[in-house]
Amino acid sequence: MGQIKLNKVSKSFGETEVIPPLDLTIEDGEFTVFVGPSGCGKSTLLRLIAGLEDITSGVIEIDGLDATNVPPAKRGLAMVFQSYALYPHMSVRKNIAFPMKMAGVPADEQARRITAAAEALNLTDYLDRRPGQLSGGQRQRVAIGRAIVREPAAFLFDEPLSNLDAALRVGMRLEISEMHKRLATTMIYVTHDQVEAMTMADKIVVLRAGVIEQVGTPLELYHTPCNEFVAGFIGSPQMNLLKGDEAARHGATTIGIRPEHTDVSQTEGTWKGVVGVAEHLGSDTFLHVHGVPGCDPMTVRVDGELPVRHGDTIYLTPQLDKLHKFDTQGLRID
Amino acid sequence: MARTVTQKRKIINTAAAWSVGLLIFFPILWTILTSFKTEAQAIADPPLFLGFDWTLENYAAVMERSNYGRFLWNSIVIAGGSTILGIIIAVPAAWSMAFVPSKRTKDILLWMLSTKMLPAVGVLYPIYLLFIRLGILDTKIGLVIVLMLINLPIIVWMLYTYFKEIPGEILEAARMDGATLKEEVLYVLTPMAIPGIASTLLLNVILAWNEAFWTLNLTAAKAAPLTAFIASYSSPEGLFYAKLSAASTMAIAPILILGWFSQKQLVSGLTFGAVK
Repeated sequence: MGQIKLNKVSKSFGETEVIPPLDLTIEDGEFTVFVGPSGCGKSTLLRLIAGLEDITSGVIEIDGLDATNVPPAKRGLAMVFQSYALYPHMSVRKNIAFPMKMAGVPADEQARRITAAAEALNLTDYLDRRPGQLSGGQRQRVAIGRAIVREPAAFLFDEPLSNLDAALRVGMRLEISEMHKRLATTMIYVTHDQVEAMTMADKIVVLRAGVIEQVGTPLELYHTPCNEFVAGFIGSPQMNLLKGDEAARHGATTIGIRPEHTDVSQTEGTWKGVVGVAEHLGSDTFLHVHGVPGCDPMTVRVDGELPVRHGDTIYLTPQLDKLHKFDTQGLRID
Repeated sequence: MARTVTQKRKIINTAAAWSVGLLIFFPILWTILTSFKTEAQAIADPPLFLGFDWTLENYAAVMERSNYGRFLWNSIVIAGGSTILGIIIAVPAAWSMAFVPSKRTKDILLWMLSTKMLPAVGVLYPIYLLFIRLGILDTKIGLVIVLMLINLPIIVWMLYTYFKEIPGEILEAARMDGATLKEEVLYVLTPMAIPGIASTLLLNVILAWNEAFWTLNLTAAKAAPLTAFIASYSSPEGLFYAKLSAASTMAIAPILILGWFSQKQLVSGLTFGAVK
């Protein structure tokens, strides 16, 4: 069980309000990702749920019980930190055992859970080492192991993959997703990386300046972003946003078109442009096209085989049914 | 590019380091040598370096005249007691300053340090009178308290710097893992700070052991430590350099031996956190 409900929760540091009152419900078993640019309050929100920071006003409910004034240890939540936060003076075994020791779990049960966690996380051979003797990926596994053995109501991840190199990050991402499928426990995951958010989440919460911009499944956010900010933040490469006459023709202040929703031709089309940088990824090529009115450069995703080079003139045609329109406030027009 | 050190350079550096080291150590060496000379040879001109008649008569004389064991015991109790008491008070103080600082924490730290800038003699009278009133003049407990207070700012400062090096996230992890404040300090903070706590302990034992102003002024016979033992050889019957040196050697020997065996700990503790 692990439903988490925030009711008018707000947080101020002194005079500065970092999170204005917000409401949010995270359902039991759901993988929720808080995503947003740095300083948007996503980590603070996680720390409020964890109990590491006190909320200024509002109510936090965990499984229907008021947890607002419950200390972190008693909330039944486990947290994985960006810096791993392992105990450097303890072996891997003792690190993983620590929360169980604090909770007074019997020794044989401790041993059973350590063995199970170590097997699941490929740590069996490293149980007697110190964290200092492990690689970054292994340390992160130990941190996850320490969280798993508590059998928490929910897992809280605070940018757990930021300190890993790119290749390792993809692997760990899959492992965490698989772990979620296996355990079916509520997970809240904070990241600034929208790719992590898209690939892992059941539900994404997009935050900006402490305010929830949109909540939805990855594809909902991708297909129907509620405003310009979400449209620009979700999706990689970013959505192209056009202002001015082009937008006015569609009855909007701003129109958005994703790089993958533009047809490219060498002979005719709506917009004429010159290819600047062409990024060849093999399967796809991203073209940065100059000369499109109201958007410079415009990013376009084309087939990796398309023979285009720097300086080529091409024509672009947006797929009109995939066009996003926004009004003067940046809100979506349907 | 790696910095290359030529052989010649290495030799010069080594020689220079040894010269400075010997220069610093020389007074101690001279004291030790003098303690083995006769009184006449001790004041010989030109001074005798090694070519003298080695004798233990000064040590015998000192042992006969003074109760070395009692002074030694007083020193151990005063230095050890004031350090342990100081650590017990300083650990929670440094913990709160390092992990739950307020706007004024830096000011408090500086204010504490500023008390060390006051000449000790400036507060001699008030403390002396307080000691008389409290009936703790010439008692070990009185000296334990006063030396603890004298060194407390340094103990707090040192522990504060060591605690600052410990990432807050690790303590938060402990909190999430269900540790109470006591368990957090006991199982996580203290073991991680052991190098720092150990070097703080050592440094304060040394400072307290060598402290002469308060130990000389606030004791007479009962609680007098080794500093008073040395001082008792410096005046009444004119100067007897050899006996004074023997007494000094006996007073510094324990702390010298302690320092020798713990030098690795001291150095690693004092440079703790400099290299990650």
